[in-house]
This record gives sequence, structure tokens and C-alpha cells, in this order.
Amino acid sequence: MADENRLVINGNELRFEPGETILEVARRNDIDIPTLCYLKGATPTGACRVCVVEVEGARTLVASCATPAAKGMVVHTESPKVVEARKMIIQLLLSSGNHNCAVRGSDGVDWTAFQLKVQAEDSSEELCPVWGDCRLQDLAYRYQVSGDAFEGTPTPYPMETVNPFIVRDFSRCILCGRCVQACNEVQVNNAINFGYRGSPTKIVAAEDKPLRDSDCVFCGECVQACPVGALVEKNVRYQVRPWETEKVRTTCTYCGVGCQLELHVKDGKVVNVTGAEGAPPNYGSLCVKGRFGYDFIHSEERLTKPLIKEDGRFREATWEEALDRVAGRLSEIKDQSGPDSIGVFTSARITNEENYIANKFTRAVLKTNNIDHCARL
Amino acid sequence: MTNTIGCIEKADVILVTGSNTTENHPVLSSFVKRAVKSRGARLIAVDPRRVKIARHAHMHLRQNLGTDVAWINGMMNVIIAEDLYDKAFVESRTEKFEELKKLVIKYTPDYVEAIAGIPAQQLIDAARMYAGAGVASIVYCMGITQHSHGTDNVKSLANLSMLCGNLGMEGGGVNPLRGQNNVQGACDMGGLPNVYPAYQPVSDLAIAKKFEEAWGVSGLPTKVGLQVTEMVPKAHEGEIKALYIIGENPLVSDPDLNHAEESIAKLEFLVVQDIFMTETAKMAHVVLPSKCFAEKDGTFSNTERRVQRVRTAVPPPAEAWDDWKIICEIGSRMGLPMAYENSEAIFEELRKVTPSYAGITYARIDQEGLHWPCPNEEHPGTPVLHKEQFTRGKGLFHAIEYTPPAELTDDRYPMYLTTGRLLYQYHTGTMTMKSEGLNDRAPECFVEIAPVDAARLGLDDGARVKVASRRGGIKAVVQISSKARPGTVFIPFHYAQAAANRLTHAALDPISGIPEFKVCAVKLEKAA
Repeated sequence: MADENRLVINGNELRFEPGETILEVARRNDIDIPTLCYLKGATPTGACRVCVVEVEGARTLVASCATPAAKGMVVHTESPKVVEARKMIIQLLLSSGNHNCAVRGSDGVDWTAFQLKVQAEDSSEELCPVWGDCRLQDLAYRYQVSGDAFEGTPTPYPMETVNPFIVRDFSRCILCGRCVQACNEVQVNNAINFGYRGSPTKIVAAEDKPLRDSDCVFCGECVQACPVGALVEKNVRYQVRPWETEKVRTTCTYCGVGCQLELHVKDGKVVNVTGAEGAPPNYGSLCVKGRFGYDFIHSEERLTKPLIKEDGRFREATWEEALDRVAGRLSEIKDQSGPDSIGVFTSARITNEENYIANKFTRAVLKTNNIDHCARL
Repeated sequence: MTNTIGCIEKADVILVTGSNTTENHPVLSSFVKRAVKSRGARLIAVDPRRVKIARHAHMHLRQNLGTDVAWINGMMNVIIAEDLYDKAFVESRTEKFEELKKLVIKYTPDYVEAIAGIPAQQLIDAARMYAGAGVASIVYCMGITQHSHGTDNVKSLANLSMLCGNLGMEGGGVNPLRGQNNVQGACDMGGLPNVYPAYQPVSDLAIAKKFEEAWGVSGLPTKVGLQVTEMVPKAHEGEIKALYIIGENPLVSDPDLNHAEESIAKLEFLVVQDIFMTETAKMAHVVLPSKCFAEKDGTFSNTERRVQRVRTAVPPPAEAWDDWKIICEIGSRMGLPMAYENSEAIFEELRKVTPSYAGITYARIDQEGLHWPCPNEEHPGTPVLHKEQFTRGKGLFHAIEYTPPAELTDDRYPMYLTTGRLLYQYHTGTMTMKSEGLNDRAPECFVEIAPVDAARLGLDDGARVKVASRRGGIKAVVQISSKARPGTVFIPFHYAQAAANRLTHAALDPISGIPEFKVCAVKLEKAA
């Protein structure tokens, strides 16, 4: 037993696979270590330092996301030193941007002035657009800290709203780099990166151009990866709050990859789409069509009633009338010209069940094998 | 796909051909790009256009349109001549290797260069790279299939994969990327003129009997039916008198549209069932409104044969119905009672007559889909095909000669046209064109042309140009781009107002019936 790969986390003796980080071992054993910058599947950067833990015998706290587990290691994930360090990090992050939620902290005058500034910059009278859906806010609650421990910093760069899909709000960016990893390591679109190294660091596309003038393909992987309100879908920002929606898991309707989606539904309408995390084949990734191409669902142009053409014009009809007409005409033509004078184009867009029914109808009712679909087109 | 999407990340070498992967299968393309970036896999792109995936490739071979059999034979020529093939695999799992070997002898790199325009050394290097892999994956799409000899192209890729022993293993395979969410399922479910669900032949009397019993009917037809691309011309000739078209828009997606429109106009009766008033629906006698994917329950089968759930998220608009319910109501009126409680009841019936789906239930795929074949409820599904043996037993090499495309350039039509899709639009645009954002990114039709051709024709970027083929003409905006191969222009086919398919050629592959969308001859002139 002595030569087994084991370490101790919070008093629990745990096995690890060589190469596993402390964070991975902990998560696998349901020990929660908070993170902000860690993105599963990407190279750990240790950028945010929120995941620091205390390792007995080590001089300093170590980033658990980037430190490999080692034999005999004794780790504490919530020791007083760790908690103190995390509090400091969260306070610094909270004070460094437009984090105008309840945890921003308040002494009356400052709070009001701050809110007014942010609301003017956002053209909104509400709290932060991701209030209630923010990992930084979660941590502030968890460690009971606010943003008024340090002086606030001015907004470094103006918001980018010139593309149709994504709002880039640099005032809320905590420079964790998850978006950069999502873009470069997960989707490998290589559109964004850290720019202007040093204090005015900014996540930039190309040579600090708007996304629409860069290599960005608007897959939105960065939006889904952003733990705060720096990257938000344009249609969702200040329109939809997560507690107002119900999520329904389904399969994308565009190409044949079959990405798993969450449709976010509010008042009977799809108001946002995200990739279903952790599920094959896409593991949360989507493309621009899957993520942003859902307007057609509630388009005014949807067909809503059966239509029958008379004298070259369509008129609305009841289902009864339309179905009778179709069944009647198909029966007539079948009787007069034979089953093989009728053809059915079934569809690569409808479900298996529906294709099966189309196949059954064509063969068992029309009595022809003239059925095909657009696989060839 | 013989393999899974996830498998792509396990390949040592990936050969992508005839697939504009980053635009048409963006999420799948990230598996290819990650394999290259994170795992050091080698990527060979073979495509006339400088498509974006080629930026990630170690080699990009730009062949002349329609010369795929030639370069694939050429690669096999090098691999056999240099003794790089998998002898054990060829010996134990394939047959007719000698025929193949004899045929590819003449496809030397120099001979292939003369046909395909790929420099001989590039072909040699690519062949060595592919054959040198521990395991190599081939990924292809419509750039391979939409040719008058598309079946030959596909068989040639299968030859290449078998030659190097890349089938039946993780990270290998011959992997077609399917362009529509449920094109795999439509094929699996008997949406084809020659087969019932699970590819059971209609001409097999025992199969017909099985379905007669299952459905409680008699006299099921045993004559193979017509393909889409045959039904349209037959409508022109008057043999087809009625069409029932569900969720398709052939009047933008069919080749040689002018002819297709005339054909459809001749029908005695046309029913179109769709979610929008498409170009095709406008010509219908009756239009039936159906639900879209977000309003219905059921399953789709993706390109890797994974059967996945579709779930109702929102109510349909007004009186739109499930497609199955509409068909069942018509069927019942025509004499066969077709009543089902819901989509799951249909699935329960279909899996009884579809051996490859027999073991799949809604409960089993609630969280994660299963890959068919899945013959019983204990079976875990089949992510990788052909592991122990091929469907027919041994893998059959097909010795295939190169034949040129059906339409070649001449003095009157001196340039080639190839068509395809864009990232921001989808097929005939009925869905994507309802999104302002997507239209903002891809607002209108364009003609992608190489700088050298644009200069020769005196065309400026953004100018309007007339493109004509022997069948029709359209006007569109010039987009000068180094993506285009000199001598060849590219036009996306999404836009009904400037439909690329007014130009395309309806020459069909004799086996698959797929039109040659990827090659036809055109001329360009400045539009007034």
C-alpha cells in the first residue's frame, strides 16, 4: 500500500492517477475547491488564484488547478490562510470594475454614485446583467466579502456592441482568460487573446479590432465560458434573467453533428440557447447557427393554418377541409394513374418517427416506393 | 461515419477532403483542430478552395475540380510502390487487392499531376504522411459526393483507408459528414426508394412479407421507386402527377432550377408541408403547417449514427401540427388507420421492424444518445463499425479509373463553377434568413473569384457580375479572394434571389443519383 499514489485532502486519504492535479482529485471526490479561470479540457493557467490551497510543508499557497498531486501530499482546501487569500482576491476583483450587484458593498454615498455611473454606462436601470448568474458573485457570498475594501477603478475600455450577437463589456472583465482558452484551445478559432500586457491588459481580437472585423466566427464559446458579465449574448442582456427561464435539453436542428442544446424558455418563447455541458457529441460547444440562429422559431412568417389554393391564390382552410382535400386528390390520382404516379419527398429535417411514418404512408397507403429526401442535395 | 466524432481526436493523421469543415460542421471541425493543436496530429487538406480548415493543415493539396479518383489512385500508387501499405490487413480482411494494384500502376505522381494539377512531390509527401500514421482518419463531405462519379470518389477513399488498415479501429475510418440534422435518420427510417427502415431491400419478398404482417396490409410494392432527382424530370415528362413534399425546398436546392420549376408546374397536385412559405410551397395546391424542432418530441440520428432525443420546449404557432400527425390523418382518410398516442409510441413500433434500432428506447437515450447498430436492450451501441469484419465479410477493393466531370469548360463557358454553403446561412435559408444577425454577417449572394481571374476579366471587388451557364444566369456581387482556385469560381447556393442552382448541372451519379453540384462550366461578364 505504501507505494500507491495517495495524498490527503482535508483529512481524506485519496488515490490519484499520475498527472492529475490537486483540483482534479478533489473534484473527482466531491471536495469543492472554488475556481474562476479553470476551464475543463484546457491548459490550467493559475491566473485567478481563487483555487489556491495549503500544502503542508510548502512555503506558499499553491494553485490547485496547476499543481500535480504528489505522493504523501497533505492538502487543506479551506484553511484560515486559504480563506484569507481567497477573500483578498475576491475583494480586489469586485472593486476593479462595474460589479454593481448587492455584494458591491456600500457606504451610502459611494453606492449611489457607483450605481449611477454604471447605469449610465450600461443605459439600464437594473443591477448587473448577470446578477444572480455570476461566479464572482457566488464567491463573494460564499466568503462574505464586498467590493468596498479597496478603492474602485475607472472603466478602462468602452463596451463593444457593434456586432449582432455578443456584447463585450470590459468594465466587468476580470481577465481570468477563460474566453481566450475557449477560443484558442476548445474551438481553436484563434480569434482573441490577451493584449496590452501589464496593467491596462485587455482581451483583444486581431489588433484590438471589434469582433466583427476579426477572425471571430461568433460560436459564442467565450460567452458560455465567461464566469462574469463581461461577455453576454446581446439578445439576453438585460432582457432575460436565468430564474425566469426553464431549460429544455434537445438536439440542434441545423447540421448533422447533432449538438446537444439547452433551449432557455421564457413565457413560451425560446429566448436563449446554450450548449449542454458535459454531454457528447459537443460537450457544450456550439456554432453561430446553433447558438444564435433560433429567431425562425417565433418568426411572424411561420405557417399557422392550412392553406388551399384557389384561382391562383391561397386561402385559409380548416384542417378537416385540407386533409380531406389532400386525401381525396391523392386517392383520385392513385386510382386514375396508378400508385407510381405519386411521389413523396420526406425530409432530413423531421424526426425519425416522422420519417418512419412517411415511409409507412408511402408504401402501405400509396403503395409505391417513390419516396426519397434531400440526402442527395 | 464508420467512427465517432470523438474518435477524430485520436487520429495520428487526418485527411480532410471535399469538406469546408469549419463553415459547415463547425463544432466537428474543432475536434480536427484540437487534434492538430493539442495532440500533434498531422492534417492533410485536399480541396480546390483555400477553405479555412486548410489553415490548420500541414499540407494543402488543391486539385482540379472533379479529379478526386485520380489523386486518390495516385496516393495509392505511391503507397504500394513504396511498400507502405498494411499487408496484414490487406491479406486478412480484404479481397481484390491485385486488381487495385494493377489499376493504380499508371497513376504515377506525374500522371496525376497532369490530370489533377497537384504537384507530384506534394502527392508523394501526402501519401507518405497518410500511410505513415499509426491510425489515420478520412473525413469527407459533399465535395466528394456531389459529382457525376461521386460513388467512385467514395469507393476510392474506402480503398485508401483499407489499404492502410485504418478501418475498424479507434481514430480511423472513412467518415462522411452529414449536412442535415436528420439526414442519417431519414435514410435509416426508409426515406429512400429502394429500402425499408434499416436498409432492408424493398425488392426482397421476405422483407415485404415481414412489413405486410407488421403493418397489417397486403400488396406492398416490390419495385424500387424513384429518387428525388428522377422524380422531378419524371414530373416534366408527365409520369409523376402528384408530389407530397415535406420540409424540403427543391426549388432552391435542386440542380438546374429553371427545368425543375417547369417540372413542378406541370404537376396535377402538389402538397407541401413546411414551417414557412418556401419557394416550393408557393407552387403548391395545398400547404400544411407543421411544427419546428423546438415544438416536437422525437429523435434525430446524427452523422455518427447516434440516436438522440428531441424535446418539446415551446408551443407551436396557432394550428401547426406534428408532421407525423398530419401524415397519419391523411393515411387514415385513405384507408389505413394510423393512430398513435405520441412519438414514443411510433418509436416503439419502428424499433420492432428496424433491427439496428431494436435495442434503443427513449429511457435509454434520456441523457446520452446511443450509436446504432444496437440490436437489443442490453447492447451498448456500436460507436465504431467494421471492428472484426465488414458488413459483407471481407472488404472489397474497387479498381476504379478516373473519368472527367460531365461538363467541361470550352470557349463559350471558360470557367468552372463550384457551389456550397456558408457558415452564417443554412441550405435554402428558410430558417437562417429569419435571423437579423446571421443576415448581417452573410447578407447576399456573391461570386468568389481568384485575384488573377478578376484582373483578367476587369472585375472589381464589390462589382456586380453576370454569371451564366448553359442552363441559366444570375447576377451577384464579386468577392475577390485567394480562397478561390484560379479558373474556378465559387457561389453559395442559399440565396433564392440569385440561386446558384439556376446554373448547376443536373448530371447524376449513376448509382447515388446525386447531381454534379460541384462542377459545371460558366462564363462571367460585368453586369450593366
